[in-house]
Formats: sequence, C-alpha cells, structure tokens
Amino acid sequence: MARGVLRQLHTPKQWAALSAVALVLLVWVPIQNLAVPEGAPAHLPNYLIPLFGKFLCFVLLAIAMDLIWGYTGILSLGQTVFFALGGYAMGMYLMRSIGTEGVYRSELPDFMVFLDWKELPWFWRPFDSFGFAAVAALALPGLFAFVFGYLAFRSRIRGVYLSIITQALTYAMMLLMFRNNTGFGGNNGLTDFKRVLGYPLSEQPTKVALYALSGGAVLLGYLLCRYVVTSKLGRVLLAIRDQEGRVTFAGYNPVTYKLFVWTLAAVLSGLAGALYVPQVGIINPSELQPANAIEIAIWCAVGGRGTLFGAAIGAVTINGLKSFLTNAYPDAWLFVLGGLFVVVTLFFPAGIVGILRSLRRPNSKDSGAGDGTSLPAPAVEPAIAEVAHAAASEPEPAARQAS
Amino acid sequence: MAALRRWFLLTGLLWVLWPAAYGAAQSLQALSAQLGTPDRQTQQNAIIALGMRSEPAALKVLAALEAGKLRVSTSGQVLIMGSDRKLRDAFSGSAVTPQGALSEPLVTNAIRRAVTLSVSQLQLRSNDLELRRAAAKVLAGGAPAEMEPAMRKTLAGERDPTVRKLLRLSLAQLDLTSEDARRRVGAVKVMNELGDPGLKPLLARLLEKKSDGSYLEPDAEVRAEAGAAVTSLERKELVFRVVRDLFYGLSLGSVLLLAALGLAITFGLMGVINMAHGEMLMLGAYSTFVVQNLFQRFAPGAIDYYLVAAVPVAFTTCLLVGMLLERTVIRFLYGRPLETLLATWGISLVLIQVVRLVFGAANVTVANPSWLSGNYELMPDVVLPYSRLATILFVAVIVAFVWYVLNRTTVGLQVRAITQNRRMARCVGIRTARVDMLTFGLGSAVAGLGGVALSQLGNVGPELGQGYIVDSFMVVVVGGVGNLFGTLYAAVGLGAINKLLEPVAGAVLGKIFVLGFIIMFIQRRPQGLFALKGRAAES
Repeated sequence: MARGVLRQLHTPKQWAALSAVALVLLVWVPIQNLAVPEGAPAHLPNYLIPLFGKFLCFVLLAIAMDLIWGYTGILSLGQTVFFALGGYAMGMYLMRSIGTEGVYRSELPDFMVFLDWKELPWFWRPFDSFGFAAVAALALPGLFAFVFGYLAFRSRIRGVYLSIITQALTYAMMLLMFRNNTGFGGNNGLTDFKRVLGYPLSEQPTKVALYALSGGAVLLGYLLCRYVVTSKLGRVLLAIRDQEGRVTFAGYNPVTYKLFVWTLAAVLSGLAGALYVPQVGIINPSELQPANAIEIAIWCAVGGRGTLFGAAIGAVTINGLKSFLTNAYPDAWLFVLGGLFVVVTLFFPAGIVGILRSLRRPNSKDSGAGDGTSLPAPAVEPAIAEVAHAAASEPEPAARQAS
Repeated sequence: MAALRRWFLLTGLLWVLWPAAYGAAQSLQALSAQLGTPDRQTQQNAIIALGMRSEPAALKVLAALEAGKLRVSTSGQVLIMGSDRKLRDAFSGSAVTPQGALSEPLVTNAIRRAVTLSVSQLQLRSNDLELRRAAAKVLAGGAPAEMEPAMRKTLAGERDPTVRKLLRLSLAQLDLTSEDARRRVGAVKVMNELGDPGLKPLLARLLEKKSDGSYLEPDAEVRAEAGAAVTSLERKELVFRVVRDLFYGLSLGSVLLLAALGLAITFGLMGVINMAHGEMLMLGAYSTFVVQNLFQRFAPGAIDYYLVAAVPVAFTTCLLVGMLLERTVIRFLYGRPLETLLATWGISLVLIQVVRLVFGAANVTVANPSWLSGNYELMPDVVLPYSRLATILFVAVIVAFVWYVLNRTTVGLQVRAITQNRRMARCVGIRTARVDMLTFGLGSAVAGLGGVALSQLGNVGPELGQGYIVDSFMVVVVGGVGNLFGTLYAAVGLGAINKLLEPVAGAVLGKIFVLGFIIMFIQRRPQGLFALKGRAAES
C-alpha cells in the first residue's frame, strides 16, 4: 500500500532527487550555519537563514497557487488574503506572547495602548494559546476559502471573472486591515515580536528551527499536492481546467472538486503565512496589495505551470533575483519583473521547466508527456470564449446585440 | 447699588455718545492723527469716531491701521506705507517726506475689534455693493450690539438681496438676546424664513431645559416657534445633504466612468483584460503635465488654455501607445485572457517605472486653469467646485463621442460586427486585425482623456492608475460586459451608493461595503446588470 503510494507520487529516480533536496534543506543548511564556527569559509552567514526561510514560505505559497492555477485553471488573485489570514493569526499569538515587555509595559499590545483601548477585544482572547493560533492559522483561511469558493463556484464564476472578484476581495481586505478600528494594528500591523513558545526570536537556533519547520512544511505540502494531482482526483482537475463543460456532461460536479483544491490551497497558503510572520517579524496590510497576489502567479508561470516543483523553482528564482536587484539596481527591478510577465507569457508559456524539458528531449513537441500534467495548447478560457478570438475550430457563438 | 448702576449707565452712554459728538467737530485729518497717540482711550475714541464719518478716506485710514501700514508723525501728518514701502499722505495720496518723528500705532485686540466694527459701519454706508456685501458677511457671523442702529438704517435703504438677507440674519441673532419676547418671536420667524441650517444649534438651544427643569427660554410662544423652525430647518438640511451627496456621488461616478469607459471598450467589446489600463490614465495625466509645462515655457500668455490643447495630445499619445501594445503583445494573446492579464500587468509595471525614471517618483503639480478654479454655490452648504462640474460635463461629451464612434461610423460598425461574429465579419471583407488595433487604441485613448480630467481633480504621480484598476473592473463587470450604457449606469450608481454610505459608515468602511456588495452581486448575476441576451450569454 505505502509502496503503491510512493510509486504513484514519483519514480525511484525522482525520489532520490527529492531526498537530496530535502537533505540539503533540512540537514546541510542548518549544519553549515550552526555547527560550522563563524569565520570559517564554509559557514553560512546568519542573515541568510531567515531569508531562506522566507523563500521557503513563498515556495509553499507558489505550490498552492500552482495547484489551483496550473492544475485546475483558477487564476486566483486572492491567495495573499489566505496568506495574510494565517499570518495575522500567528501574529496575534506572537503579539500576546510579548507580555508586558512592549514599549508601554502594558498587558495590552502596544498599538491598543496607543489607540487608548482599555481591554482586549473578544476575538483576541483565544490567541493567548499557541495551539489555538496554530489551528486558527489553518482553519480561518480554509473556512473563509470554503465559503467564498462555494458561493463563487456555485454561481459558475470562472476565468477572468474569478480573477477580478478575488482581486476585489484582496483590495477590500487590504482596506479593512488598514483601518485602526478593525483591531489588527492598522497601518503598522503586528510587529516587535519577542518569542515563540518561550524561545526568543532573536536567537539563531530559534531562527534555524523556524527555517527547518518551513522546509518541512514545504516538503509535506509538496507531497500532499503531488498526491492530489497524481490521483484520479487530479485527472478530474486537469479535465476541469481544459474543458469544464465536458466534465459536467461526463457526470462529475466540478464545484465539489474545485472547492476541495481551492480550500486545500488556502490552508497551505495560511500555513505559509503562519511560518512567514515569525521569521520576518512583521505582518501588515501591505502584504495584501493587489500587486503581491499577481506576483505569485508570475512565480508559477516563470517556473512552469502544472508541475508543482516548477512553481518552487519560479518562487526561488524570482525572489532571489528580487533580493539581489532591489539592492544592486533598484531602478531595474520593475523592468525585469514587468519584462518577465510579458516575455514568459508570450514566448515561454511552459516556463523554466518547459525549457529544461525541451532541451532534454529536443524532438518532442509535447514537453511534459511523461506524467500527463503538461500544459495544453493554449486552452480557450471559457468565460471569454464568447467574445471569440478563439481558434478557428471553436464554434462561433450565435449572433447577438452588442451595446 | 442703584447708584452704581446709574453710574455705569452714564459712563456707558458717554462712551458711546461722546466720541460721536467729539468726532463731528473735528477734521478727518486731526481725528486720524489721534490714532498715533499712545493713549488707548483716545485712540479707541478716534476709531469709533472715524467709523461715523462719511468720507471714503476714513475707510482707507482704518484699513491701513488694521494692516499695520499706518504711520503718524509728531507734526500731525497721517501717512500710509505703500507696497513699495514708500510713505504717502493718506488723504492727498502724494508722496511726502515725514516731518518729525514717526510713530506706528499699536494694534491690540481691543483696537482690532474697534477697527473691525468701524470698518463694517463705514462699509455698510458705502456706495460700493461689494463692500456692503463683505461687511454684511462679517456681521452675519455675530454682530456686536452697538452695530444695531447702523444695520437697521442700512437695511431700510438696501436693495441687494444678499446684503438684505445677511443683515436680517445678524439682526435676528441680536434680537434673540433681547428682553422683549415679541422681538424674540420675530427673530425666530426670520431665522426660519431664511432657512440657514447653520442656525439650528442656536434655535435648538432655546428648547433646552435648565438643570431645574424649567426651559432656558421662558416664553412658550417663542419655544413653539423655535420648535417649528428646528423641524423645518432639519428638513431643509436633509434636502441639502441629499443634494450634496448626490452631486458628489455623480462626481465620483463620473470619475469612475472616466476610468472604466476605456475598459468597457477593450474588455467589454474585445475581451482583453488590460491591467495596464490604469497606466493609460496615468499617461493621459502626464501628457497634460507636459503640455502645461510647454505652455509655461513657450506661451505663458495662453496658459489658461493649456487644458484645451492637452485633450488632443493625451488622446493621441494614448492612442499610439495602445495601438503599439496591441501590435506587439496583445495580438498574440487573443483567446487566452488569463495570459493577457499577466502580460498587461507586466506592461503596467514597466510603464510605471518608465514614468518614474523620466518624471521622478514624486507627484507633479498640474494646476487648474483659472476658469476651472472656484466654486458654484447652489445652496448654502452645497458648494460645487467648477472642476467637478466640468468633469461631469467632459464625461458626458466623451460618452457621446464613444457612442457616436461605435454606432455611427464605419469603424464602429466593423467593431460591432467583429464582436458578434468574428469569422463572418472576416468573410465579408473586414480587416479584423486592423480593426482590433484601432479598437484597442480607442479604448486606450479614451482612458487618456480620463487622465486629463483626473489631473484636474487629484494628484498626478506614477501610481495614479493603480488606484483605479480595481474600481474600473468592478464598474465594467457590474454594468455587464459589452454594454456601454451598462457601464454608465454602474459607474453613476456605484458612485452614488459610495457617497451615500460614506456619512453612515465612514469612507473606508463604505468602500469595503461596496466591494463586498459587488462580490455578492456578481455571484447573483455573473452577467452584470445588463446581460446580453442570447445563446452566447452562457458559454
């Protein structure tokens, strides 16, 4: 049984590669940082650990995005909402664990003292407990996504319409979080954290542990998503992406399937957010800017959609590039990012993974034939097909009145 | 006790009467010269006496005193310092050299109050309507009791309705404090008739009770009148507020429409998700900025008309940029809306960065031309800025223009044909690729026109367009894709809802409500307000 599942996920060769990656992430990096003395050439500088940890959180976010966009065809511009929900849940616990060591030496978080609040709002109380915060960081995004997804998918909102309303959702959420009276620190968000579960956040071993936790979360998240997409369920998802109408005719209800992956992706995004906040040390509404949500999509597109590990490659590549360029050539970064959006969509729809595959198998036009998860020839997105810039084989919609 | 009161009365009377008698006997010159004495009482008396004179020069002297430009020499010369810092005689106006030491009269708060009073009195007697209006306006904000006779005298002979109204208002305020209940009733009636909502707190105070339960206002008739007046003022206030909110709603709606109209063409008719649409607005606004600077440099005399020149420039710039984008990027992505979304987002980032490098990251100033600055006062408290009125008008013109292009020109006919049936349109010989390019250019150009208007309403910066992108997509989606008039209704409707919610929920929460409402709305009616009928509607 277990063996069957292993086979289903990967070939032995791929398992070996994955194990190597896991070893590097979870064993080699911590050892190079903690065990190798500082000053030694092999020592990994301390500042890199939280940076890598941050990247890992982005990787998890990108994998979740790939699950819903690359495999199911839902381009969500609301993933940062789930990410932020997880982040805020964890941030609330971290805020409470500061105790009376804040600037104002008060029981209450600093921003509440600043706003002259006298007691803790009811929705903050349970977050004194780490257990509750951890569960909430996964359950809140999941629940929210479930309700929103149920309403959206049931009304058959899809394609760009879904993108647009998820973007509106992100925007509304950002405005909400910017308000001081909402109760989450307004503009400044939650910050100045001191410790998690009693371990001080400023010390290196805590940072390495958080980093390793993120690494573990990424591996588990990846395997979970891999399990989903290689199962029969995954085949239905692909079918929904390519021809939702036919899936319905074949007797499946797309709403159930979409709702499942949508919620799963939200939970993973929430997990990424919860791991992100203690490592970065702040969560504020700027995470919810519509631009950030679109950037996640470009991580997936650059790495290669519909491959999961492509999303991981894309997230690391772009964020690495961003860290480097915003320091070295700050003016160039937006040109590079903007250019990537255009060039990748125009010339490399299969992303880095697609390029690598076509290099390995130059004769094969179908770049990902092996696992049945390749990108299709540009699929006509149903919502706009009526406007019919579609391929010639697409049946023309009946004549209708415009304007 | 009684003796003391009589003494006060007597000195008070003397204080009022004496300067008048005293001032009448003296020449204007001598009176003005007294302003320079260090003795406060003499100074004050002189000011009050000046206020009773009829010569226009008295006003000049007092105004100079208030502005700190009056100088008096020991030899009795009264001099006014001009803007060139030269001293001129206050009466003859000729430049003179002062004889003897100069003193500058000290202006204390008491002096300033006396000057204001005297100036108002002089102005009320003036033949210049503008001066009378200014004085009446000052007095309406609360006139001192000493002004009453002068105000009644002016009111009796005044014809101008504005001055009359303001004077009646300030007299009513004075009457309200009178001992005579009849006068108070009259005052309340006048206030009710004038209907200024700002008077409501004054009237409401009459209805309040003291701590011992008795009314602040002893007379029942006055209270009844005040109650009626408060109710009627509240009704008027409500009308004003609704009118104001509706106007600002219409104004916000017109801004939304400006932002969304171009999108209604590119997204609605062509199905292209143009995330760089906001940047077309931004380019339009920057075109206006460039035209303004060119006018400043080469035609400073015609600077007031730069806006007129900016309209075609913005239109052409954005038309060209739009056509270029269509040819180089969007053409390859037809039928793949999600990819279009990403690619155009990338374009928007590049455009923002280009503008940032060329014009700087900070906001630039685009000044309103003089004919657009100022307000139109429709009702008290309902002040309509000309720039907003002009925007509404401008939008109406653009909508008419777009409607004309789409429904009355050959290109428009071709656009509609392609929207309905692309292959059939090609079969009858329409060059679809060319029409696509023109349509996208038109959508971008209309956004450029929107940018011209936005530059008159708010800040112009590289991120200008980012703020509008979510809103404009909302408008197009709510209005129904492919339907210009749906966009029109949606923009105005959303603008009005937003402004009507604002006083209730606050600006941010109001906007969140609207967004939440739209998200729910789209789930109920994914096709928007005005769904296209036919088999194609559900694909």
